[in-house]
Amino acid sequence: MKIIVCVSLVPDSTTKVKIDASGKKIDDKEVSFIINPYDEFAVEEAVQLKEKNGGEVMVVSYGTEKSKEAIKKAFPIGCDKGVLIKSETEDFDAFAVAKNLADFISKQNPDIVFFGKQSIDFDGMQVPLMVAEITGIPCMSVVVKLDITDGKARAEREIEGGKEILEANLPVIVAAQKGLNNPRYPNLKSIMASKSKPIETINAVYSGNKVEISEMYLPSVKGKGKILENGVESVQELVKLLREEAKVI
Amino acid sequence: MANKILAFAEIKDNKFKSNAYEVISEADRLTKKLGTTYDILAFKTEESELKKLSEYGAEKIFYFDLKELNSLYGENILLSHSAVAKVISSFISKYNYDILMVSGTTTGREIAPRVSALTESAYAPDCVGIFADDGNITISRPVYAGKSYIKVKFNTGKIVLTLRPNVFKSEKSSNPPSALEEINISDYGIQKTDFKAVVKEIVLSEGKLDVAEADKIVSGGRGLRGPENFHLVEELANVLGAATGASRAVVDAGWRPHSDQVGQTGKTVSPNLYIACGISGAIQHLAGMSSSKCIVAINKDKDAPIFQIADYGIIGDVFEILPALTVELKKLLNG
Repeated sequence: MKIIVCVSLVPDSTTKVKIDASGKKIDDKEVSFIINPYDEFAVEEAVQLKEKNGGEVMVVSYGTEKSKEAIKKAFPIGCDKGVLIKSETEDFDAFAVAKNLADFISKQNPDIVFFGKQSIDFDGMQVPLMVAEITGIPCMSVVVKLDITDGKARAEREIEGGKEILEANLPVIVAAQKGLNNPRYPNLKSIMASKSKPIETINAVYSGNKVEISEMYLPSVKGKGKILENGVESVQELVKLLREEAKVI
Repeated sequence: MANKILAFAEIKDNKFKSNAYEVISEADRLTKKLGTTYDILAFKTEESELKKLSEYGAEKIFYFDLKELNSLYGENILLSHSAVAKVISSFISKYNYDILMVSGTTTGREIAPRVSALTESAYAPDCVGIFADDGNITISRPVYAGKSYIKVKFNTGKIVLTLRPNVFKSEKSSNPPSALEEINISDYGIQKTDFKAVVKEIVLSEGKLDVAEADKIVSGGRGLRGPENFHLVEELANVLGAATGASRAVVDAGWRPHSDQVGQTGKTVSPNLYIACGISGAIQHLAGMSSSKCIVAINKDKDAPIFQIADYGIIGDVFEILPALTVELKKLLNG
């Protein structure tokens, strides 16, 4: 089975956002970068599938040289090789990512392509779906359960207050939601063995942005709230405030 | 005409919910800023239900029969996101719409990026502000789960937007009522191969309100000390008609399902009322709920970060305060 998993590098979720001098992006000087948390579920699912059915897992990232870090973080889980689709600039939009990934994926003829359902930086929830429409490969996203049998994929997709049960024939794109599996912690041996795994670098074939960030700003800070200090004695006062002042109940 | 707008009105259980009215109301406001017009596209449902949309200023309300679309697949299915995206894309091309507006529900956010790829449009998800300066559209939206916001401009006039639910106001238009027109699905060249992945079944959790849809949320954190104490959160939520949420810590500990998780690796929410019980307010959690309109914090630690973004709060023991608050609200709301 030929499996591709697409990953991206994002600021750690504990990052406190500061805006840099350009006023258009975060100041990342003191930020630690991690593999996108949703991609960890994608990598784990890809590796489990390989362990069950045989084959290989190729981990792919689009970005600058720095994105190799995301690939390296996926290796010890059990991926076999890496590909960086290299962008000349850090300034690219989701459509450019999707175009380049779609071009690469089409040439590879994979059985399954995994993504995280969204990256936790720009929260777009768009790249897997765009890749799907550009390549014509079926896509199931926000997937919390997956079964691949006899060339068919059956998935549970999370929706408001429930689940959709989806079916598609392979090849298929699957965008992972938290809950799909429990990502393993790599052991020291697999981390050491990963150091020799190859990362091939290829050049991006598409450039050009459809959207442009003109400004990044921090949310407005709220005025000091009314904090009552008398424990259970304050309940009646709180209810009164919610009713009469905030008018929310 | 430039900046011609199409709004997709989503349906659930044969009815248009608040998110659909939010989208068409915002489309109406945008046409007034741009000096243009808009139409609505929707699935067919009862005519009385479709007519409710006609007071929101659209020129025309086009609708098509989802069952008729699904019948082209041959097997019994409920929905194919790719096939619906294809219909919307073909409709946009046929009538030369420039801007598509869709609600940012799970369905909307599944379909909209597909349409943007099919029509080679720019896509901006999760909009919380839409502006028209000198005829150019810009939007604002949260990033990093709400830790910061961006303003986005577009390098093309073809744009697809999803609107965050519960942010835009619904209001009727001063325009005359819109005309209804059914469109014939067979005019859009849909093939069986356009049904890439298909929804065979929808399983809804009985009576459970989702945090992403709720206008009130009561969330619990580690301060509840164990899953056996979450009935305190549920009882308060029941009285208020609120959804129950949870912090990442208690989801990771297995106390609550991940579908309840609010925060950066869970759901980002903006309800009218958010009550955080025994949640200290880790940065990932605050990111996901700080845009709630009214935040109430209940925590015994007066230095907990949650109090810094709370509009109201009580410093004290959740095990005493939650039952008392439930009783007090029951008296008020049922009496």
